[in-house]
Amino acid sequence: MTDFLLELLCEEIPARMQIKASEDLARLFSEKLAEAGLKPDSIQSFVTPRRLALIARGLPLQTEAVNEELKGPRADAPPQALAGFLGKTGLTREQLVERPDAKGNAILFAIIEKPGRATADVLAEAIPAIVRAFPWPKSMRWGAASQTTEGLRWVRPLQGIVAILGEDLVDIEVEGVRSGFATRGHRFHHPDPITIGGANDYVEKLRACHVIVDHAERMALIEAKAQEAATARGLTLVEDKGLVAENAGLTEWPVPLLGDFDPDFLEVPPEVIQLTLRTNQKYFVLRDASGKLAPAFICTANIDAIDGGAAIVAGNRKVLAARLSDARFFWEQDKKTRLEDHAKKLERITFHEKLGTVADKVERVAKLARWLVEEGIVKSSPTTQTVTPAEAGVSSEGASTPEMPAYAGMTKSELADMAEQAARLCKADLVTEMVGEFPELQGIMGGYYARAEGLPDAVADAIRDHYKPVGQGDDVPTAPVTVAVSLADKLDTLVGFFASDEKPTGSKDPYALRRSANGVIATLTTLQLRLRLQSLILVATEQLAEQRTEAIDSAALDVAIEAMSNLLGPKAADRMRQRLKDVESPTAYGLWFSYYSSEHSLLDFFADRLKVQQREAGVRHDLIDAVFALGGEDDLVRLLARVKALQAFVETPDGTNLLAGYKRAANILKKEAPSPTAVTPAQAGVSGDGALPNEMPAHAGMTATAYTPEPAEAALIAALDAAEPRATAAIASEDFAAAMAALATLREPIDAFFESVTVNDADPDKRAARLALLTRMRDAVHGVADFSRIEG
Amino acid sequence: MAAKPDTLSFQDLILTLHAYWSKQGCVILQPYDMEVGAGTFHPATTLRALGPKPWNAAYVQPSRRPTDGRYGENPNRLQHYYQYQVIMKPSPPDLQDLYLNSLREIGIDPLLHDIRFVEDDWESPTLGAWGLGWEVWCDGMEVTQFTYFQQMGGYDCKPVAGELTYGLERLAMYIQGVDSVYDLRFNDAGVTYGDVFLENEKQMSKWNFEIADTEKLFRWFKDAEAECQASIAADVPLAAYDQAIKASHVFNLLQARGVISVQERASYMGRVRDMAKGSCEAWMKTNGWAA
Repeated sequence: MTDFLLELLCEEIPARMQIKASEDLARLFSEKLAEAGLKPDSIQSFVTPRRLALIARGLPLQTEAVNEELKGPRADAPPQALAGFLGKTGLTREQLVERPDAKGNAILFAIIEKPGRATADVLAEAIPAIVRAFPWPKSMRWGAASQTTEGLRWVRPLQGIVAILGEDLVDIEVEGVRSGFATRGHRFHHPDPITIGGANDYVEKLRACHVIVDHAERMALIEAKAQEAATARGLTLVEDKGLVAENAGLTEWPVPLLGDFDPDFLEVPPEVIQLTLRTNQKYFVLRDASGKLAPAFICTANIDAIDGGAAIVAGNRKVLAARLSDARFFWEQDKKTRLEDHAKKLERITFHEKLGTVADKVERVAKLARWLVEEGIVKSSPTTQTVTPAEAGVSSEGASTPEMPAYAGMTKSELADMAEQAARLCKADLVTEMVGEFPELQGIMGGYYARAEGLPDAVADAIRDHYKPVGQGDDVPTAPVTVAVSLADKLDTLVGFFASDEKPTGSKDPYALRRSANGVIATLTTLQLRLRLQSLILVATEQLAEQRTEAIDSAALDVAIEAMSNLLGPKAADRMRQRLKDVESPTAYGLWFSYYSSEHSLLDFFADRLKVQQREAGVRHDLIDAVFALGGEDDLVRLLARVKALQAFVETPDGTNLLAGYKRAANILKKEAPSPTAVTPAQAGVSGDGALPNEMPAHAGMTATAYTPEPAEAALIAALDAAEPRATAAIASEDFAAAMAALATLREPIDAFFESVTVNDADPDKRAARLALLTRMRDAVHGVADFSRIEG
Repeated sequence: MAAKPDTLSFQDLILTLHAYWSKQGCVILQPYDMEVGAGTFHPATTLRALGPKPWNAAYVQPSRRPTDGRYGENPNRLQHYYQYQVIMKPSPPDLQDLYLNSLREIGIDPLLHDIRFVEDDWESPTLGAWGLGWEVWCDGMEVTQFTYFQQMGGYDCKPVAGELTYGLERLAMYIQGVDSVYDLRFNDAGVTYGDVFLENEKQMSKWNFEIADTEKLFRWFKDAEAECQASIAADVPLAAYDQAIKASHVFNLLQARGVISVQERASYMGRVRDMAKGSCEAWMKTNGWAA
């Protein structure tokens, strides 16, 4: 048994790639060894900015000899088959062994002895293969070898290979880089070659040459020393694991150093200072005893400087001061202009070719935010029902309803005014200098600027938070003005891009529409806001159509109206003609067309996102499908309530049995009566826009039989007569548990019916009547959900 | 003024780098006599990065960034500044060491100052070029862009060239310890950077932002584009490339005048890229190099 050391020395590896590279090296190495039948006791891998290294312990010097058996033809096979097998194995007939198979036929086998190989040889083959095929996210060519594009690619130029098995060199050459015992220490402290003995002295020898090879050790060191420096000044270090890891990826010998900056800079919002320190300079941020940002930073140097770091701190202070001066300049410049004046410049920024400028978008969002308030969807008290987020299937800290004195006694029209005002200003910070410099501060800066010019807190908060929630787990806004602007912004984006046929496909979602839809769903379900998505889509599309108008060609208009009439019926065409008589533009019609084709896909999109989001809350996706399949249900809160009642029901014995009875009925109907009176979604009592009658089909006449029904048949008719109105009424009052209870009464009659009644009776009247009865039963169930979508 | 300063003046910084890179076998060139946005645009880099012939050169290149003009009021931003550019093809195996020694030459001791190679990949859409490398930090300040060119004008670089771009004013400010670029000692005879360039920044900012006649600029762009295509057709790629540079600068001026919308911007950049790539293609062709 022996140990193996591998080091691949190269020019500085990007910090963000190091951990993955180190894991990849260990994985590829153990795979290559396993192919040769070698398994070391342990593999430890290391990474620094300049080297990837690995130590494998407990390796045998040889791989084990193995006998490989190859199955050949039958002993009595024709000579050609035998000759072929002998040719393939390189053996003679005498060397083959005969063994009987299960049927007793003699089969020839070749036993090939594979002698053990020297581990050094296995390594000499494996290492170059690993290097050549290393999965760097980005790699490059360099130097004289880059005369062709065929040569070695590495993350940055590869400079050396150390490969030592026990005490012996494993002789390797990869595209001109030859293995040896020598590597280099720290770039500045020990630039000359150092000789490594093997796995046992590697880590310590490099440490003596100012290189800590273990990434985790460097991280721990940075954290401890930074803490120490902070504590010595009575400050607290703001924890930032990502930044610790990044600094560990930028140093072989990390030396955290504390410096100060001019406290006058603290007048700039803390987010700006933090970003400047962290993103631009990779410095740690500190807080004072009161929790406020302290005018100090910690940078992580890569040397033990000969002056103890004074020059480094002085240099970094200077760089930081220049950056913070820029930031302060932006802050002061931006404040000189009111947000409403900044907002005027949004006319110059294209939001999307088909959707106009950002100013156009702001106009639509403002109207939509007002509409959400005026329609009573967003009210001045943050939540209207007592459903907790957990019940709604959404986890979010923002769900708790905070006290909101700002809203006490606010009327609907005041709220609407405020929502519109906030919406008109919500994108204004995009043209400020600060957001130009730090795009990630969009919203946040707008909030600061709004407060600085004395706008109400509710407006400033809405500007600040209207992008929320930006990802899973992010807070859902709860303040009414914020909710209105946030929903309006996201819904306008969704409607606009769907109407422009810019839907996400596969992994492509360039406008982050999935995130927008998730945000809408999280907000609606957490706050239990009752919004009919279809009516919103209609309003948002109308706005878009009215705004995106161009010169009218009346002939084109007539053509469009006729086409629309053919497609959607005269009523839809009339309605459109009414809406657009002042607009009258082919562009507007284009949008209308795409709206009618997109409406469905946008709702489907919401359904998909809802399923993904609810899966984590333990809601069955087939049940969501079953409710969506009814069509027309576009109120997510109501939909989820229905799904939850359904889930509770199908998990009871009544539910399971009713589902079985339903499936049996549905199967018979499918087989016996290919086109029964199918119930349309609207008839199922969940009509879309109230445009279609909300009533159950009249089946009574069909089940008033001309013959005397059998007892079980009569019982089912009676049960349906009783259950149907109960279920319908319960659904109308959104008491879905009661609707399920009504359906549950059908379970016994349907079981009894199948037990004693023959549907496929010789008498065609009876057969027809019984099929009609089953149809009625199925339709009654469909009043609640499309049970055919339910699994199990 | 202090007695004899112990740090390099702006011009001595340049002279020191010239002497150093000359010793490394570089051709010391003079700045290209056209307005460019960066040293990379100099044909000694762009065109010489193509093809198999070895090439080592160093030069100062004035860089014009009209939108960065601040009328001489910002101590760090200029619409005209200097880059020191080194290109070595093929990239030598010890390029990092050569570079670090150049820092030592100009008075930066890497055991006193924290020098770091921080990932920064370079891409120039207008040149159809990209490379991998770093920005070099000195005590947290970016002082040099270090790039291994992988593609130029859409062609693989065979072999790869190493490119170093020093920001001279920044470096000098750091070495001399001044906070404003205008306070830099240009020489050791009492002339400051401000003496030489402050008025220039004021007037050129005004021209770039306020005076430049946009109608003429649009026309110049079109003219340069036409001249570029004609030169490509006539197999004079060096002349064609000059026109591409010209168009690129005119485009930058149009940007500073704020007359190019977001959508138009992409289209103009595409036109400049087509000129640059067309010139590179013609250059490859007239030299008889295969892609």
